[in-house]
Amino acid sequence: MTATQLTIGRGPVRLPRRHIPVLATLALLLVMYGIGVSQYQAFSNIQVVFNVLIDNSFLLVVAVGMTFVILTGGIDLSVGSVVAMTAMVSASLLERGLPAGAVLPIALLIGPMLGFLMGCVIHFFDIQPFIATLAGMFFARGMCTFISGSSIPISDGFWTSMSQTRIGDPRGNFVSISVVIAFVVVAVAAYTLAYTRLGRNVYAIGGNQQSALLMGLPVGRTKIAVYTISGLCSAIGGILLSFYTLSGAPLIAVGMELDVIAAVVIGGTVLTGGSGYVFGTVLGVLVLGVIQTLITFDGSLNSWWTKIVIGGLLFAFILLQRLIGIRYK
Amino acid sequence: MTERHPVLTMTGISKAFPGVRALHDVDFRLFPGEVHALMGENGAGKSTLIKVLTGVYGIDSGTIILSGEPVSFRGPMQASAGGVSTVYQEVNLCANLSVAENIFIGREPRRFGAVWWGEMRRRARALLTRLDLDIDVNAPLASYSLAVQQMVAIARAIDVQARVLVLDEPTSSLDTGEVAQLFRIMRQLRDEGIAILFVTHFLDQVYGIADRITVLRNGSLVGEYTTAELSQLGLVEKMIGKELDVLERLDEQPKRELAVLERGTPFLDARELSRKGSVAPFSLTIHAGEVVGLAGLLGSGRTEVARLLFGADRADHGDLSVDGRGTTLRNPVGAIAQGIGFCSENRRLEGIVGELTVRENIILALQAARGWLRPVARRRQDELVDKYVKALSIRPANPEIPVANLSGGNQQKVLLARWLITEPRLLILDEPTRGIDVGAKAEIQKLVVELSDGGMAVLFISAELEEVLRLSHKVAVMRDRTLVSELTNDESVDSDRIMQTIASGAGEERATT
Amino acid sequence: MSEWKSRFRALAGHRLFWPVVVLAVMLLANTVYRPGFLAVQMRDGHLYGSLVDILRLSAPLILVALGMTLVISTGGIDLSVGSVCAISGAVACLYISKQPDQDSLGAMFTALAMALGLALVLGAWNGVLVAVIGIQPIIATLILMVAGRGLAQLITEGQIITINADPYRAIGLGHFLTLPLAIFIALGAALLIAAITRRSALGMIIESVGGNAEASRLAGIRSGRITFLVYVVSAACAAVAGFMITANVSSADGNTAGLWIELDAILAVVIGGTSLAGGRFFLSGTILGALIIQTLTTSVYAMSISPQTALLFKAVVVIAVCLINAPAFRAKLVRRKPGLPPADVSGDQRKERVPA
Repeated sequence: MTATQLTIGRGPVRLPRRHIPVLATLALLLVMYGIGVSQYQAFSNIQVVFNVLIDNSFLLVVAVGMTFVILTGGIDLSVGSVVAMTAMVSASLLERGLPAGAVLPIALLIGPMLGFLMGCVIHFFDIQPFIATLAGMFFARGMCTFISGSSIPISDGFWTSMSQTRIGDPRGNFVSISVVIAFVVVAVAAYTLAYTRLGRNVYAIGGNQQSALLMGLPVGRTKIAVYTISGLCSAIGGILLSFYTLSGAPLIAVGMELDVIAAVVIGGTVLTGGSGYVFGTVLGVLVLGVIQTLITFDGSLNSWWTKIVIGGLLFAFILLQRLIGIRYK
Repeated sequence: MTERHPVLTMTGISKAFPGVRALHDVDFRLFPGEVHALMGENGAGKSTLIKVLTGVYGIDSGTIILSGEPVSFRGPMQASAGGVSTVYQEVNLCANLSVAENIFIGREPRRFGAVWWGEMRRRARALLTRLDLDIDVNAPLASYSLAVQQMVAIARAIDVQARVLVLDEPTSSLDTGEVAQLFRIMRQLRDEGIAILFVTHFLDQVYGIADRITVLRNGSLVGEYTTAELSQLGLVEKMIGKELDVLERLDEQPKRELAVLERGTPFLDARELSRKGSVAPFSLTIHAGEVVGLAGLLGSGRTEVARLLFGADRADHGDLSVDGRGTTLRNPVGAIAQGIGFCSENRRLEGIVGELTVRENIILALQAARGWLRPVARRRQDELVDKYVKALSIRPANPEIPVANLSGGNQQKVLLARWLITEPRLLILDEPTRGIDVGAKAEIQKLVVELSDGGMAVLFISAELEEVLRLSHKVAVMRDRTLVSELTNDESVDSDRIMQTIASGAGEERATT
Repeated sequence: MSEWKSRFRALAGHRLFWPVVVLAVMLLANTVYRPGFLAVQMRDGHLYGSLVDILRLSAPLILVALGMTLVISTGGIDLSVGSVCAISGAVACLYISKQPDQDSLGAMFTALAMALGLALVLGAWNGVLVAVIGIQPIIATLILMVAGRGLAQLITEGQIITINADPYRAIGLGHFLTLPLAIFIALGAALLIAAITRRSALGMIIESVGGNAEASRLAGIRSGRITFLVYVVSAACAAVAGFMITANVSSADGNTAGLWIELDAILAVVIGGTSLAGGRFFLSGTILGALIIQTLTTSVYAMSISPQTALLFKAVVVIAVCLINAPAFRAKLVRRKPGLPPADVSGDQRKERVPA
C-alpha cells in the first residue's frame, strides 16, 4: 500500500529537466542558423557550416576537456595558456630541426603534465581550483614568452600537410583534418563520460563530493584525472591551433578560457557540477561560432558585439538553469 | 536465540579523544537475523561505537570479531567490502545520478570494460522489487522523496552481500507511513538472516521493531536486554541513569498557576497558522512569563512551528498577532523587531558563526537589529559580554577567542546570551540542551525558569519529555506535523500521558502493517 | 631556547608573517641585484625612486583588491572588475575628449561622476544577480566580465581614445606633498574602507555573512543587502582604478585597460590571508599582497625580463604563498599533534560530549 504511495514523488514533467538546457541550446542554434539563412543568401551554403567547424575545432577540443572539469564542480583557467604553450613548444622544437614524429609526443605530454600537477595541488593541499589553475595559467603563459618573445612560423612538412589537406565532397565543400580530430576527441570523451567508471565518478563528484567519498569512490584520483584530461585536451587544442595558424605565437589564445567556459555553460553544463553532456558542449561551441559568422556576415556590426552577445547568452542560460532549478545540492 | 553464534562480537572496546573518553570497555554482540537497537542519550557513545565498527576511527583497545575472524577496518569502504554496510541519517548518495546508478556506482556491472547499463538497470529493478519498492530506476534520485532515497541507500548497502547492516538514525526525517515502509523492509532483511544494528531516538520505534537492546551511557555499557524483558520506563531509566536525580533535585519549586498567567492579552497568538509541506494549521497562544513546552518526536513539526513563529519560514495561511495586533512575519528581521528571539536546534549551521569571536557572536543579533550604521560602542559591548559570560558561566571566559573553539554547551550559552542581550519578550529555544553535558543542561534549565519569572515568554522545544514537563506551564504536543493537543501542566500530566498523546494513532497504524 | 622557539612559532603563525617575509626577500633581492634600488631622490620637489614607483603603480591594484576583499569576505568573488575598469575609463575619457576645453576641472568632475555612476549601476547589476536571483558569484560576474569588455569597446568604438587633459592625467601621474597623487588616492580609499568597515559594524556583519550566511539571517541580518552592497563597492573601487589606469597613459583602450586585474586582485586578497571561502577579511594583508605583486612585476622589469615571462615568477609566488597558507599543506608539514580525532569530527560536533 505504502509502496504505491511512495512512487508519487515524481513530478508530472514529461521532459527530463536535465535535458532542457541542451534542448534550449539546440533550439537557439537552429533559430540562429535560420536567421542566417533567411537574411543572407550565402549563408545557406553548406561550406559556411563547415567553416564554423574548421575555425572552431581547437576550441571544441579544449571545451571538451573543460566539460570534464566543470562536471566535477571545478574550473580550469589555464587552458588558453596551455594551448599557446603547446603551439609555442611545437613551433620552437620544429624550428630547431626536430622531426614531427618527436615533436608531437613531447608537445602532447606537457599539457597533461601541468594538468596533473594542478590536480595534485588541488586535491592534496585543498587549494581552490580557481587559484591553482590561475597559477598554471601564469606559468604556461610565462613559458610562452620564455621560449620566444615573438611568433615562430612553422614550415614542417607534416604540419603544412595537416593544415592544407581538405576532406570534402566533389562539389568542393570540405573540412580540415582538425575537424575530424576534434570529432574523434568528442566521441572518445562522450564514451568516457557515459560508459566508464571514471566518467560516472566525474558525475558523482560533481553531484555531491562528500557522498562520493562515503560511497567509496576514488575522489582524489578522479579529480586529478579530470585536470590531466583538461590539460591533454588543451595540448591537442594547441596542436590543432598550430595546424590552423602554422605558427606559434606567445600571445595567442589570450582569454580563450572565457570563451571555453561560456561555450560549456551555454551547452547546458551546470557550473556547480554534476549535470551536463559533451554533446551540449559541441552545441555551445557551434553557437559561439555561428554568432561570430553572423556578425561577420552582417558587416555593419563590429567584433565587440560578439562579446556582448555571448555575455547576454550566458545570462539567459544561467537564468534558465536557475529557473528550472537544476541544483542538486 | 542465544544458542546461535553472534555474527559480530565487540569486546572491551575503548576509545578516547583528547579530553573526552568516548568509549570505555564496551562489549557488544550482534546475532544474525535480529534487529538490535543501540540506545543511549546524545553523547553516550553510539556514534563512536558505529564509527569504530566501520573503521572511521581506530580503537585504543579491544577486539572486533566478525564471523569468527578478528577484523579492523580502515574505512567505511573496506567495512562494506567485509560485509558491514552503513546507512546514515543523512542520505549520502548523489541526487543527480539515477536510482540504478546510486545503487551500483563504484561496482557497476561491466561488459568489455564499459559500464553495462542494461544489466545495471535489471539488477537494480530486481533489488528494489525485493524491497517492494516500485520506482523508475532511470529517474534521477533527486526526483524522489527523502524516504525513497533512504530506501535506495539501504538497497545500495545490502547489495554488497551485507551480513551486518548498520542503520544510524535512518528514521529522523521520515513520516509515519515511511517509517512503516522502512520497518517492513527491515523485517524482511532480518528474516533473510541479516543482522541489523539500529540506532534511533524514538522509543516506540525500538519497541516496534527491535529484538534486543543494548544501552550505553557516558561511553560505558549499561547492559544488553531483550525487548520483552525491558519496559519502556526501564529503558529510559537505564539511558538517563543518575542524571534524573541530579535534575530532579535542581528545581522542585512550585509552578505558578497557569490560570493566573493566562490572564489578559497573550503576547503571541497564532490562529490556524500553516505552511504547505511543512506544518498543518495550528493555533497557539503564549503569554508573558509563560513557558510553553513543545513536545513531539524529532521531525514531528516542532522546529517548523518555531520557524513560522520566528519568520524564518513564511506562513501560507492563518493569522498571527503579537501583543494583540495582527502582523505578518516575512523574515527574522520582522520577528526580532517584535521582540522575538530564536535559538535554532542546529547550532553549528544555523547558530554560531564559528570564525567570529565569542564577543561578536553575542552582540550579533543586537547589532543586526540596530543596523550596521549604528555600531554598539565597544565599551558597551564589553560590558554586556562580560555580564553574560559571568551570568551564564561561559568557559573559557575569554570573549576574544573564536566561538568555534568552545564546547557545544558553551556555544549554546553564547547563543542564549546573543538573544538575552536583545531583551526579547518571547524566546524560542529549539533543543537548547541537546548534546551538552549535565551541568550545562541544568544551568540552562535554571535560566529558563528565571527568565520566565522575570516576565519573558518562552517556547521550549525538546525531545526529552522530562525536561519539557519540568519547565513548562503548558505543553503543546506535535505529531506528524500537526499540533494534536495542548495540555495544562498540572498533576494529571506526566511523561506517559504525553507519550500516549504522541503515540496515539501512530501505534494503531503500525499495527495494521 | 624553547621560549625563543615558541615565540618564533607564534610570530610565524601570524597571518602577515609570510607575506612580509616574501616582500622583504624580494626587496632584498632587488637591492643585491641593483644596489641603487632603495635610493630615493628629490627632483623638482617630487620624490623619485623604485620604491616610489612601486607604490604609484600598485595604486590601481590596491583599489581593486580592497573592493575584492569585501566581496570575497562574503564568500563571493567579482570577476568583472577588469571590465568595469575599462568601461569607467572609457566613459570618462570619451566625455573629456568631446569637450572643447579638456583641461576644465568641471568637465573632469562631470566625466568622473558619469563614469562612477555607470560603474555603480554595473555593480548593482552584479549585486542583483548574486543577492536577489541567487546565482553563484563566480558565474554571475563572469557575465559582466565577458560582456563588459564588449561594452567598453562599444563605448570607444574599438578605437583608443586619446585625451590631452592635465587635470585628468594628474589622477595617475600628479604629485601631492612630494609623492604621487595616486598613492594618496589608494591610501585614502583604504582608510575610508577601513574606517567604514571597522568603525561601524559593517565589517563584522560582512564577516558574519561570509562565515555563516544562514546563521546570520536567523540573527536578523539582512544578508541580501550586505551582499548587494559589497558588489557595488567593488565596482566603485574598480571605477577609480580605471580612472588611474587610463590617466597614466592619457588614453582609454577598451581592449586592454584593466585586463587581468581581477586575477591580480584576487591573488592579492588571498596572499593577504582572506580565505576564498569567506569570513574574516584583512585589508592590511590585501594591501601587502598588492605590493608583493607589484614589486614582483617591477623587479622583473628592472632585470629586463619580458613582462610576460614575469608570469613565471608570479606562478611560483602564487603557489608558494597559497601552499604556505593552506591548512592542508601545513598539516602535512607539521604532524606533531597526535591523538587528535580525524578531521570529520568537526562535522559531528553537536553529538560530541565535551566537558563544558
